[in-house]
Amino acid sequence: MSRQALLRVENLRTHLFLKRGVLKAVDGVSLHVDEGETLGLVGESGSGKSMTSLSIMRLLPKQSGRIVDGNVWLDGTDLTSLPEDEMARDWRGRRVSMVSQDPMTSLNPVFTVGDQVGAPFRYHKLAQGARAVRDAVVKVLSRVRIPSPEKRLDNYPHQFSGGMRQRVVSAMAIACAPRLLIADEPTSNLDVTIQVQMIELFRELQRDSGLGIILITHDLGVAASICDRIAVMYAGRIVEVGDVRTMYRAAAHPYTQALLNSIPHLGQRKRRLYAIAGQPPSLIDPPVGCRFAPRCPRRTAKCDADYPPQVELAPGHVTACWHPGPGAVA
Amino acid sequence: MVILALVVIAAAFGENVAPHDPNGLNLAAAFRPPVWEPKGEWAYLLGTDNLGRDILSRIIAGARVSLVSALYAIVFAGAIGGLIGMISGYFGGVVDAIIMRLVDIQMSIPALALALVIAAVFGADFDTVVIVIIVTYWTWYARIVRGEILSLKERDYVALAKVAGCGTATIFFRHLLPNIMNTLLVLATLQVGQVIIFEASLSFLGLGIQAPDVSWGLMLSDARNYITNAWWAITMPGIAIMITCLSANMIGDWLRDTFDPKRRQL
Amino acid sequence: MRPSGTFPREWGKVVTGYFLRRVLQGLISIVGASIVIFFISRLSGDPIVLLLPTEAPPALIEQVRQEMGLNEPVWKQYLIFAGKALGGDFGKSYRWQAPALELVLDRLPATIGLALAALAFSILLAVPFGVLSAVYRGSLIDTLGKGFAMLGQAMPNFWVGLLLVLIFAIHLDVLPAYGTGSAAHVLMPAIALGWYPVAAQTRIVRSAMLDVLDSDYIRMGRAVGASERVLVWKYALRNAAIPLVTILGVYFAAMLGGAFVVETVFAWPGVGRTVVEAVFSRDFPVVQVGVLLTSILFVTSNLLVDLSYGFIDPRIRYDR
Repeated sequence: MSRQALLRVENLRTHLFLKRGVLKAVDGVSLHVDEGETLGLVGESGSGKSMTSLSIMRLLPKQSGRIVDGNVWLDGTDLTSLPEDEMARDWRGRRVSMVSQDPMTSLNPVFTVGDQVGAPFRYHKLAQGARAVRDAVVKVLSRVRIPSPEKRLDNYPHQFSGGMRQRVVSAMAIACAPRLLIADEPTSNLDVTIQVQMIELFRELQRDSGLGIILITHDLGVAASICDRIAVMYAGRIVEVGDVRTMYRAAAHPYTQALLNSIPHLGQRKRRLYAIAGQPPSLIDPPVGCRFAPRCPRRTAKCDADYPPQVELAPGHVTACWHPGPGAVA
Repeated sequence: MVILALVVIAAAFGENVAPHDPNGLNLAAAFRPPVWEPKGEWAYLLGTDNLGRDILSRIIAGARVSLVSALYAIVFAGAIGGLIGMISGYFGGVVDAIIMRLVDIQMSIPALALALVIAAVFGADFDTVVIVIIVTYWTWYARIVRGEILSLKERDYVALAKVAGCGTATIFFRHLLPNIMNTLLVLATLQVGQVIIFEASLSFLGLGIQAPDVSWGLMLSDARNYITNAWWAITMPGIAIMITCLSANMIGDWLRDTFDPKRRQL
Repeated sequence: MRPSGTFPREWGKVVTGYFLRRVLQGLISIVGASIVIFFISRLSGDPIVLLLPTEAPPALIEQVRQEMGLNEPVWKQYLIFAGKALGGDFGKSYRWQAPALELVLDRLPATIGLALAALAFSILLAVPFGVLSAVYRGSLIDTLGKGFAMLGQAMPNFWVGLLLVLIFAIHLDVLPAYGTGSAAHVLMPAIALGWYPVAAQTRIVRSAMLDVLDSDYIRMGRAVGASERVLVWKYALRNAAIPLVTILGVYFAAMLGGAFVVETVFAWPGVGRTVVEAVFSRDFPVVQVGVLLTSILFVTSNLLVDLSYGFIDPRIRYDR
């Protein structure tokens, strides 16, 4: 494929400086997203996937979070080196946008929908004056297929249904036609169908505009049904990355395989979340060896001694494991 | 904490620590500034007022009045309000509705205005002040205790006690009271400062403590007449009020956080 | 404010029920307050003693008693009092020989003005303080704000007033020490009165702001490029203001109560000072009207705020 890399994250390290110690939330992550591509970033909570996205957006918690190393190249610009005001003015919402997949809490309850969807236009000076902003809002609301948008402008979020709200949130995120969109997993339990619908909407927009999408989720099943490529994160690092087919059929990392095994299969009604014994390691004081080793069925002395290097098993299919290979099929 | 302890000591042993008789006139020594001012004297650490009375001694004497009236008032307001709140919360229904209406009515009259009416009727003195404070502050205890009881009532052990045939009084004092004690204590501590200010306001208006008793509010009321001559007569009693309230409030905050971090709204 | 036409129709129905219930509660409170005030005043003994000279002949005393209905049972006296009060007749001031209601009503605007000015002062201080100490949590400004607030709660308003007089009227001679007439006159009383609630209001704004800044919709705003300034002062502030606004009535009422003392300090010609003076001259009709009127204001302001915050928080109409 002759796609051009839109986003390139190189060796990103993000630390959280907490009272308990320095939490190495993102510990050397590299990934890329091409134009018009959807990358799924999959991992358990606490694996660093959300911190990776916040690092790209430069929206880490002010008090404690800091990018200590690495670069985030978007369209040839290193976002980590930009001053904060430029980041807000020219990038956030303009070229890179983030949207929580929880439409219920992402809209400010005391401002009208028109005001909130219009906000990105005002921030980035893409529409000047009340009339122009209003027209732009109507246009973007109809793009996400909200019926009679000019009538709904002055309504408040609570006057919209869940599905409609989700469209409003999407409209806000894509208002300024960003190049990259990060869809973060909701913290609360959200109906998976709403989540999928939202991504479907983005994919539609993607076809026209070459938008790059990062989907952040803990659910490999959701990722597999939507994404082009999948990167699996564990304990602050990417353990395996590859296109969906490869990952689904020939996952080489035991952690990926364990995740795959916990996806319910057709006709199987029960759904076990994680059937992997044990807990992920502390990121304040991570082990020197492979971080998955304590929970891994293929653990050897080598796994405890050194962190495994990246191995390219096939073009684009990379894993960090001393003993990569096909796993037991559930 | 230390400051409040000092104030308590001052209140308890006032006569013995005070360098002068708080009411001792000495016109020759009128309007002495505090000791650090050019004309100040060690004999009168914080200066003297228009009649040559030592301000430090009067502040110490005032501490007793302020604290004693505050303690009396809070203990009675707490006991009465607490009991009414327990009754209201425990029995519910009509009793509860009537009591809560009463609380509403009480709360609809500004505390100081009510105090004025009472003071106008009964004349101003120490007892009136205490009564006024009780009448004003019992509603707080009643409301908050009622809320506590409402949630306690649902607990199993209260139901068990009832089934076991415990009398209402037993349930009240053996089972409910210990559980609301913390709340009462925190509320009471937090109110010490408010009550002291309230008492000072009444005395300042001339509707509280009367001479020859000494109170901080009364001192300020006197000092107001010669505000141009003696700034220290205005500032010193006020500072006494301020640091006393400040330390009481801080202890209250601390108690609240220790006992019940969730109940931040007190 | 938004035009009311944008509210959906059901708003009307929901509000009417709630409105009626609240108004009824308020009325009960006011009637109750009037009963309390009336009976406490009657406890003072025979009002005749105050009205007539001690050497008045018994026949005259009896005649006045008849006229005033003082021979009736006390509950009947209350009904007479309430009946007249509804017609605006609270009796004449013993001292001024003028209708008590008129006397107090004359002074009412000055008190309301002072209370509003004090409230404005406290909000003007509390909102920026609360917002800044939330935004810069744990910083110097947060600590300063906290210390400042604690001090404020430990200072009696009349003492603040006296200190202000001492500094600005006597020492610096830049503000008038008492009286009324110009904007400068209202400054010191308003500050003295508005000082106390600053602490509590700052705390309310701060904790509300902390919650709001942590919310998904603020993060969403950040993600689409809002500057911190717009986020904090436009979007978050309105959310964070809701708890403050809902409690403003309480503070306005507190200001009315505090006005009794502060008005005396600054010789402010309001209801408070009038009532205090009336207490000293045992002028009960004036005391009754003054206190009752304050109570009515008290209840009304609580009521108004309760009803008005639906306009700020559009969700309320569904929650009720």
